Amino acid sequence: MLQVSIYRYNPEVDSAPYMQDFDFDAEGRDLMVLDVLEAIKAKTDASVTYRRSCREGVCGSDGLNINGKNGLACITPLSETVKNGKLVIRPLPGLPVIRDLVVDMSLFYAQYEKIQPFLQNPSPAPAIERLQSPEDRAKLDGLYECILCACCSTSCPSFWWNPDRFIGPAGLLQAYRFLADSRDTATDDRLAKLDDPFSVFRCHGIQNCVNVCPKGLNPTKAIGHIRTMLLNRAT
Amino acid sequence: MVTQVTSFSRSGLSDWLIQRVTSVILLAYFLCIAGTLLAGVDYPAWKAMHQTTGMRIFTLLAALSMAAHAWIGLWAVYTDYLTERMLGPRGNTLRRFCQLATVLALIVYVLWVIQIIWG
Repeated sequence: MLQVSIYRYNPEVDSAPYMQDFDFDAEGRDLMVLDVLEAIKAKTDASVTYRRSCREGVCGSDGLNINGKNGLACITPLSETVKNGKLVIRPLPGLPVIRDLVVDMSLFYAQYEKIQPFLQNPSPAPAIERLQSPEDRAKLDGLYECILCACCSTSCPSFWWNPDRFIGPAGLLQAYRFLADSRDTATDDRLAKLDDPFSVFRCHGIQNCVNVCPKGLNPTKAIGHIRTMLLNRAT
Repeated sequence: MVTQVTSFSRSGLSDWLIQRVTSVILLAYFLCIAGTLLAGVDYPAWKAMHQTTGMRIFTLLAALSMAAHAWIGLWAVYTDYLTERMLGPRGNTLRRFCQLATVLALIVYVLWVIQIIWG
């Protein structure tokens, strides 16, 4: 029997958050954490609230703190996370809780918006597409795959303390995705907006982001590339 | 772009670069002093070593590096933890007080080092 402990908070009813325990029988199967939540919601308590959509690690909706580590519930198997028969599920840390496991991601998206996550090129668009050499295209590998689940940024203490000023690993990974794009012509303008003590340089390289990324990406490496670009531009 | 008037150089890149350069200077100075002490040195030799122009400049460079390095590091700590977000409005007062106290202490340290090695 698996003991599942879920963070509960309904601001309309509860004066403070609390942990609620559920007993769950996986019947020997190695389910995903999302399957456990779905079963509890369907069979035990329909009021348990969380986000989910694709249930296959593509949409990034069900980023949760699972036994102390951020990850996507839909692609985290019980065998990978459960120790001593306990599964503790909390919302992503550092963001305001709307209800139970659902957090308000406004701050996260505000930082994403800051880096202008779209291709900027004032030249007239060609009839079909802007071409790129295979080598230039390869530079975007390990960057474009981000699904904005926020597991990385909400595991970063620098983002916890300064979510309004530090762009965070997810935003910076995307910032570098456009800085590295041979079709984008706004490189200097993009870099100029990052050269302050908070936006990039509040990263101290502790690599929590790398440790939790469900897609196996490396935001710390991208941040290092941005630093190098800033350094090359200014010296 | 987040504007700051109390960071060491106003630029994140400059602060980052200065912190790394000063850390190399501090490491070199520490190794020099540690090497001298481990090799065994008496007071007259120690005093003579610190009276050479090269060593005086090196010591002053290390003291200035320490001040810049400490200010950049502590400024980051203060702006992480002593903030309105963390402590409410009193966080702003506390942060500015700590920043002022740190600047004064570092200026005193540097002046003191100058007095000791050049006085």
